Amino acid sequence: MSFSWAKAYEPKSSFMRWLDDRLPLPRLVYGAIGGGYPVPRNLNYFWNFGVLAGIFLTIQIVSGIVLAMHYFATTGGAFNSVNQLIMRDVNAGWLLRYAHMNGASFFFIVTYIHIFRGLYYGSYKAPRELVWMLGLVIYLLMMATAFMGYVLPWGQMSYWGAQVITGFFSAFPLIGEPLRVWLLGGYAPDQAALTRFFSLHYLLPFVIAAVVILHIWALHIPGSSNPTGVDVKSEKDTLPFHPFYTAKDGWFAAAVLLAYALVTYFAPDYLGHPDNYIPANPLATPAHIVPEWYFWPFYAILRSFTVDFILPAKLWGVLAMFGSILLLFFLPWVDKSPVRSGAYRPVFKRFFWLLVVDVIILGYVGGAEINAFNVALGQAAAAYYFLHFLVILPLVSAFETPLPLPNSISESVLHGEAAESAPAGSNKSARNTVVAG
Amino acid sequence: MRFILGFIGAVFAAVLLISFFSNLATHFSNPPAPLASEEFHREAKPLHLASDGPFGKFDKAQLQRGFQVYAEVCSACHSLSLVSFRDLKEIGYNDAEIKKIASDWKTQVPSINPDTGEAATRKALPSDTFPAPFANEVAARAANNNALPPDLSLMTKAREGGAAYIHSLITGYANANTYRNEEGKAVPAEAKPPSPNLHFNPYFANLNIAMPPPLTSAGQVTYAPGNPAPTVDQMATDVAAFLVWTAEPNLAARHAAGIAVVIFLLIASILGYFAYRQIWYEAKRAVRVTGALEPENQAKSKRAKSKQGIAG
Repeated sequence: MSFSWAKAYEPKSSFMRWLDDRLPLPRLVYGAIGGGYPVPRNLNYFWNFGVLAGIFLTIQIVSGIVLAMHYFATTGGAFNSVNQLIMRDVNAGWLLRYAHMNGASFFFIVTYIHIFRGLYYGSYKAPRELVWMLGLVIYLLMMATAFMGYVLPWGQMSYWGAQVITGFFSAFPLIGEPLRVWLLGGYAPDQAALTRFFSLHYLLPFVIAAVVILHIWALHIPGSSNPTGVDVKSEKDTLPFHPFYTAKDGWFAAAVLLAYALVTYFAPDYLGHPDNYIPANPLATPAHIVPEWYFWPFYAILRSFTVDFILPAKLWGVLAMFGSILLLFFLPWVDKSPVRSGAYRPVFKRFFWLLVVDVIILGYVGGAEINAFNVALGQAAAAYYFLHFLVILPLVSAFETPLPLPNSISESVLHGEAAESAPAGSNKSARNTVVAG
Repeated sequence: MRFILGFIGAVFAAVLLISFFSNLATHFSNPPAPLASEEFHREAKPLHLASDGPFGKFDKAQLQRGFQVYAEVCSACHSLSLVSFRDLKEIGYNDAEIKKIASDWKTQVPSINPDTGEAATRKALPSDTFPAPFANEVAARAANNNALPPDLSLMTKAREGGAAYIHSLITGYANANTYRNEEGKAVPAEAKPPSPNLHFNPYFANLNIAMPPPLTSAGQVTYAPGNPAPTVDQMATDVAAFLVWTAEPNLAARHAAGIAVVIFLLIASILGYFAYRQIWYEAKRAVRVTGALEPENQAKSKRAKSKQGIAG
C-alpha cells in the first residue's frame, strides 16, 4: 500500500490461493494488519491505543448485542429488566452488564490517550488531516452513543441526564424548544425518547465501526506517524506490522484488559453514580445531576458561563461546549508548525502539558459540586482551553524555533537514545538537520 | 481563517473571564453562609463485612440474621421488589423452609379469584418476589405521614457509602437538642426537625429523616441460639450485610470469576511480553549498524551499546 517495499501477499496454501483469486480478502487483511503493512520501527507505547480502542469497540458491540436480547425498552420495564432480569436471572448477565458499563469507560480512557497522543506528536498534520478528522467523527459518535446508552437503564441519572442534555438544544433561540421536543418526541424524556435512544444506541456502534474502517484506510495511505515526526525514508525505517506490532499490541492489550478486569470484577460501580440505582422519577430531581465521568470536562465548560453577556449564559455555555470539540477539526490549519512531533518543539511542549493539566482540572470541576471556588477554577480552566487552541497554538507555531530533527527514523534510533521513546530534545548536535515539511 | 478562529477563541475566553470576575465579586461582596446540612452532615462510619475486598464472600449466618431483621422490622414499611423467595436458597435456607417463609409472609400476593374473576389475594410461592407492604404509592404515603419508604433491593448500591451508610443511618439517630458536631457546635433551630414526624439523623443528607428509628432496643429481634447477641449495632450490621446481598446476589461469583480472569490475564501479559521481546530481539539490534556518526553521538551510541552488552 503505502511504501514500495511493502511485501505483497503470497498465499501459502492452495485453498488460500483459490480464495485469494476469487475474493482477495486475505490480501486485504495482510496489507492492512499483516506483514504487508510497513510501520515506523520507533513507535512508542502511545501508539498502542488505536488498536486498544478497536478492542473495546468490539467488546462493547458483542456484550451490547447480548444485553439487548434481555433488555425491555419501556419506561415501566427498563429498570427492572436491567437490575432484576439481567443482573440476577440471566446466566452471567451481571458480567455482561458490568463489562458493558465499564467497557464504555475504558473505551473512553484509551480514546482520550489516543487523542492526546495525536495532539502531542502532531498526528493531525499533513498528510494525515483526514485521519484526524475521521477520528473526531468517531469521537462525536462515541459521545452520542454513550449518552444514549446511559439513558437505557432508566434510573434517576439516566432520566435527568437525558433531561439536561436534550435541554441544551432549547438554548438556541426560536428553533431551540421545538427542536428539543422533536428530538425527544415529547415535552420531557418518556417512552418515545427511550425507544428512539435504544434504536440509535444499537445503530451508532455500527456507524462507528464503518468510520473506523475509513479512519484506518485514510491512515494507511501515508502510513503511521512516529515519535520523531520525521517521514519514513527507506525500508530501514520500518518493520512489518506483523509480527512486530501484533506482538507489541498483543501483550499490551492483555495488560490493559487486566486493568479493565480489575475494575469490572472488583469495583464495577466505582465509575458510575449511585443515583442510577434509583428508578427514574420525573417528580424528584437528584441533588447533583452529573453526567458520566468522560463528559465532565465539557460539562465544566458548559457550566462555566454564568453571566448573560449579550447572549444568555446558557446559550454561551452550549455554544462553547460544542465549540470546544468542533475547534479540534480546524487543528491541522491552526497549528502551522512544519515540525510534527512535540518532542522537537520546546515551547509547544510546555503548553501541551499545561493543556493536559487544564483538561484534568476541567474534568474535576465538571464532576465536583458547585461552589464559588470550583466555579472560578472551571472558568479559568475553560478560558485557557479556548486560548490554548485558538490563540496560543497559532502564535507558538509562528514564533517557535524547533529543535533540529534527526535525518531519519533509523538514525534517531541509532543514536542510542531510549529505544522506545521519542529522543526528546537530545539531537541538538546532529549534523544534518532537516525540518520536515 | 486563523484570525477568525483566534477571534472566536478570544471572545469565549473574554466571556469566561467576565463570568470569573463577576463570580468572585459576588462571592466576596456577598459571602455564602455555610449550610447546616454541610456543617452537620457526617460521613458513614467504617463498616467491615465478610463480603468486602476482592476475596470477599457472604457470611450466610449473618445474612440469615439480616433477613430476620428485614422480615420482622423493615418489611413493615419497605418492599424488596427485585428479590424472590426462591433466592433465599443462596443464603442457606432449604426448599421446605423457603416454602414456609413464602406462605407465612404477612402480605399476600394479588391474584384473581378463579371462580368469580374478581380481585383476590393468595399466599406467596417461592417463585414470587417479596410482596410489597403497601398496595401502591398512595397507600404507602397515607400510612407514613406522606413519606414514601423506598424499596430496599438495591439500597446499598443506590446510596453513597453503601452498607456502611445503612448501618450508620440506622444507628445514628440523635437528639437534635443535645447533639454537637465535631467542632462542638449545637444544631441551629432551622436545622432541627420541623415537625414531630421528622427525626434528626446526621448521616441523612438533609439531617431530618421521615423514618423513625427502626431498631430501638437490644433483643428487638430474637436470634437463634449460637448467634451473637442482638444489640442494636449487631442487628444494624446484619441487615446492612443482608442488603449487600439483595443488591448484589452474584457478588461472590463475581469475585471468584475475577480472580481467575486476573490470573489468566497476568500470565497472558507476561508470556506476551516475553514473546514480544523475543520477536523484537533482532530488530532492535540490526538498526544500530549504519553510517558514520559525529564524535558526540558516537560516544552516546557506544554507551548505549555497552549498556546492552553489544560489542563495538
